[in-house]
Amino acid sequence: MSSLVTLALLPLLGAVLVAVLPSSNELRIKQAALGTTLLTALFGILLATQFVASDTALQFAQKNEWIPSFAINFSVGVDGLSLVLILMSVVLTPIVVLAGWHESEGGRWSAKVFYILILVLETMMIGVFAATDVFLFYVIFEAMLIPVYFLIGGYGSGERAAAAVKFLIYSLFGGLLMLASIIGIYVVSSNAGYASFDITELSDLHTVMSSTTQNLLFLGFFIAFAIKAPLWPLHTWLPDAAKAGTPGTSVLLLGVLDKVGTFGMIRYCITIFPDASKTFTPLIITLSVISIVYGAFLAIRATDFKRLIAYTSISHFGFITMGIFAMTSQGHSGATLYMFNHGFSTAALFIVGGWMISRRGSSTIADFGGLQRVTPVMAWMFFIAGMSSLALPGLSSFVSEFLVLVGTYTRYPVAAVIATFGIVLAALYILIPVQRALHGPTTPGNENLKDLNLREKITIAPVVAVIVVLGFYPSPLLNIINPAATHVLEKAGFSDPAPTMNAGK
Amino acid sequence: MTTSSSLVYLIALPLFGAATLLLGGRRTDKWGHLLATALSASSFGVGLYQLSQMLGRATENRAVTQKLFSWISVGDFNVDASLLLDQLSICFVLLITGVGTLIHIYSISYMEHDENRRRFFAYLNLFISAMLLLVLGDSYLNLYVGWEGVGLASYLLIGFWNQKPAYATASKKAFVMNRVGDMGLSFAIMIAFATLGTTSFAGVSEHAHHASEAALTAIGIMLVVAAAGKSAQFPLQAWLGDAMAGPTPVSALIHAATMVTAGVYLIVRSHFIFEAAPTAQLVVVIVGAITLIFGALIGTAKDDIKKALAASTMSQIGYMILAAGLGPVGYVFAIMHLLTHGFFKASMFLGAGSVMHGMNDEVNMRKFGNLRKFMPITFVTFGLGYLAIIGVPPFAGFYSKDGIIETAFNAGGLKGYLLGGTALLGAAITAFYMSRVMILTFTSKARWDDDAHPHESPALMWVPIAILSIGSVASGFLFTRGDALANWLNPVFGEHGEHHEAHLFEPIVVSAMAMTAVVIGVAIALMKYQFAEVAGVAPENVSIFTRLARKDLGQDAFNEAVFMRTGQVVTELAEKVDVKVIDAAVHGVGRMAIGSGSILRRTQSGFARSYAALILVGSIVLLLGIWVVTQ
Repeated sequence: MSSLVTLALLPLLGAVLVAVLPSSNELRIKQAALGTTLLTALFGILLATQFVASDTALQFAQKNEWIPSFAINFSVGVDGLSLVLILMSVVLTPIVVLAGWHESEGGRWSAKVFYILILVLETMMIGVFAATDVFLFYVIFEAMLIPVYFLIGGYGSGERAAAAVKFLIYSLFGGLLMLASIIGIYVVSSNAGYASFDITELSDLHTVMSSTTQNLLFLGFFIAFAIKAPLWPLHTWLPDAAKAGTPGTSVLLLGVLDKVGTFGMIRYCITIFPDASKTFTPLIITLSVISIVYGAFLAIRATDFKRLIAYTSISHFGFITMGIFAMTSQGHSGATLYMFNHGFSTAALFIVGGWMISRRGSSTIADFGGLQRVTPVMAWMFFIAGMSSLALPGLSSFVSEFLVLVGTYTRYPVAAVIATFGIVLAALYILIPVQRALHGPTTPGNENLKDLNLREKITIAPVVAVIVVLGFYPSPLLNIINPAATHVLEKAGFSDPAPTMNAGK
Repeated sequence: MTTSSSLVYLIALPLFGAATLLLGGRRTDKWGHLLATALSASSFGVGLYQLSQMLGRATENRAVTQKLFSWISVGDFNVDASLLLDQLSICFVLLITGVGTLIHIYSISYMEHDENRRRFFAYLNLFISAMLLLVLGDSYLNLYVGWEGVGLASYLLIGFWNQKPAYATASKKAFVMNRVGDMGLSFAIMIAFATLGTTSFAGVSEHAHHASEAALTAIGIMLVVAAAGKSAQFPLQAWLGDAMAGPTPVSALIHAATMVTAGVYLIVRSHFIFEAAPTAQLVVVIVGAITLIFGALIGTAKDDIKKALAASTMSQIGYMILAAGLGPVGYVFAIMHLLTHGFFKASMFLGAGSVMHGMNDEVNMRKFGNLRKFMPITFVTFGLGYLAIIGVPPFAGFYSKDGIIETAFNAGGLKGYLLGGTALLGAAITAFYMSRVMILTFTSKARWDDDAHPHESPALMWVPIAILSIGSVASGFLFTRGDALANWLNPVFGEHGEHHEAHLFEPIVVSAMAMTAVVIGVAIALMKYQFAEVAGVAPENVSIFTRLARKDLGQDAFNEAVFMRTGQVVTELAEKVDVKVIDAAVHGVGRMAIGSGSILRRTQSGFARSYAALILVGSIVLLLGIWVVTQ
């Protein structure tokens, strides 16, 4: 069994363990969940150290027959792109568990169910990035909705049921379109003489597809991914879901699950349909630029912490899709790095924001004020998370955002220029809530808020460490990402524009 | 090029201090300020060591580099974390760490009774570290890290007392307006990379002549935008006055001597761009000329001593920017004025702090008067700074400002007359508003509140000021003796031989004109404030010009009307679109899908038609958007 499969199965084993523990012993259940996720994280990091960056073939690969009559295999493997996303997922999960130690308490069901859902979801998160068979990917892509649906609907707050349903229907709609495209792929590949769902084999399929077929099949995938990512105007489920979900769920939803969308754009849309990708690039770049500016506008006006973070993410996902479809090495590597960095940056915002909200009993920004002098450590952590969100140089998000901008500029200067205005908007949407919540006199009701306890400090420390260290030294990740990004672009037939000074010489 | 392994300590020492004080928390309260001061001083020591090494090498080998590691490398985009110390950056290193250390020492006493003194020193160390990175980075992207780093430190220090909402707002305003400038820097780097394939100073300088003039002009203008944000130049100047919310040592260090001059550094460092892009160079001098008058006019009407000095800083940096747009001779005077201004303005700000210290934190000059009797040391040091800034020979400002006025006249033709005349006019206004500050504070009749008990500040505060005063007195003379600074800097600008430009006026004539301007300015101030009664409260029945100057020439009103209002309208619109159009459409589609029988009814009621219209309008807008964005 490939060590990749072992990695994916670890959380599932943990889920079984949690299931057999007595429901009355909540502490033991939490410890088991934390232990499992920590072990998975360690194993994942170990796996990453064994990865050979220069080798662009899929590594830790395994292939078993599943449904031979339809050429469907259980096949997994990773390249640089999927590896960093798996790494992000397995590191974030124990942090989420530890951060939301009491999150299961307001739920409709027991703590046991909560942690089983989280652990099952972690197995699926690893699986969705590791799958190299399109059908296997689709199955996990859809199955993931189930634990998330129950996590939002069962443990969230406010209008959690409505938000969960809205999330589900949006996602199912996208999934349906993708299913249609997957059937289409099967038909086209059968007609070409080799029925296949293998991602490596499918990368040559575009040579036998008419452009109409390619465009239609591309759209099926793309719309599903654009809903997940989410790209304007398919985004309205996100703020509701983020508002209703527990902070931990929102970290996994915005930090990890939404990345399946942007990951899918690279892995499936561009790899299988390079020509259609080229056709739709102007539209997608435009929608990305709209997302960047529009998300930022809504974030500036946000009055609720959770919706604020959701809107900033819409803006950030705009940067990621723009970087991907700029089709330059800087854009691609930057976008992939952005996915990773956004995971940690958003985790910091949601986790610290979540602590603030649970202490105050409100997520309305105006209910806070003067926290810097009441709870200095918590205020600092929120501030650092905010600085990361506005991509302050020296923090990790700056590297990825600048790579995306510069990588876009060399091909679509106007798009990059408009997107760059996003950095001013980001200063506004971060500093306005920072001023309201942390500065000024202490708002009544906040005088006795408690600062972070030891558990919380231990939780947030690694997140901040990742944000700072990768800001100054992103090479370990870029070294893994670069070969994969270059490989995708080469296969799809794109090369970087040369410096214009050499033009005509 | 020579390499050195010790450059990194310049930055690392104060960074270590900031980290220790912030992470150590209250445990470091007792000794945190001492550690921070010692580390800043050590950094100055490393700077002096580097200078001695540099002096020991031949002119063409003076620059040293240190590559730390590969920072970002993707495709052809390769940026090393790499430092460059040459004749230009060493000037800044010594200014930043030297003046910085003096201000650390001063702050030990000034901030003694603040319960968050440790945090203050942590921020000061953070600032020193970021500012050194700004001037030592060997590429535009490295500079960018320091550039926003000082912005962060500035934000934290302006808002040091952010429990007061107005101060919190001031810090936010500074950050946001600086980010507008940073956007310019981002554009400049993107254009440089797309055109030349590199972002390092050496690389851009080497390849610049291959690029089209249009590209270089674009890079240059974007660099001016960046400089305008950081250096509070027109039209991004409005944040500096509010930045005086920070503790006074911060105003002296960051908002007078060092950070706000970073724009001058950026332009001088990028001389190879501006020399090949005359239009961008013209923009530089225009921005400088406008700001030097703009700031000076605001300075004439401010009663808050710190805001008067802030307006003066804006104006003096205007002089530097003007000089930076006047070619190789101008660069030297820009840097010279930057250094002399660093001494005299820091000493005056610290003097203002000393006055506030003795006057219950009062800043209104109409409540001062006759303080020379009670604060003699502060009076003398402030007075030396005053003589330096208005340009009385042989004080420092005389040499640097005179040089700028002369170079401006020598720009040739109508341009020369306009720029030279503007610089002269600025000198007259400077003499007026600085005399006004001097008279209102020190030599006019006392107008204190009853509970004021003015007293001289302790030695820990006046000694650093006195040391800075030596710079106010002697630095100009030393820099110009045997063209010392020019000979030192010229290799950086690729200039080696002696310069003989056509002189419009003989230097002695320019000096005479400048002195005349100064005398006029001082005389008016004497008549208005020394030999006339000064009102304890600002008079209401004043001219429209005074009213306008009091309101900072309408800069805030303009920004509010044009940018804030527009912003509010646009974001409100986005919110409406999100709820009333997009989400409503989603729900509408959902309802249609669920109740298929009702579709017909909806057609009749016009829903489907309105959706169709919406889709049509949306498609047209989107197509237009695609056309624009993918140009």
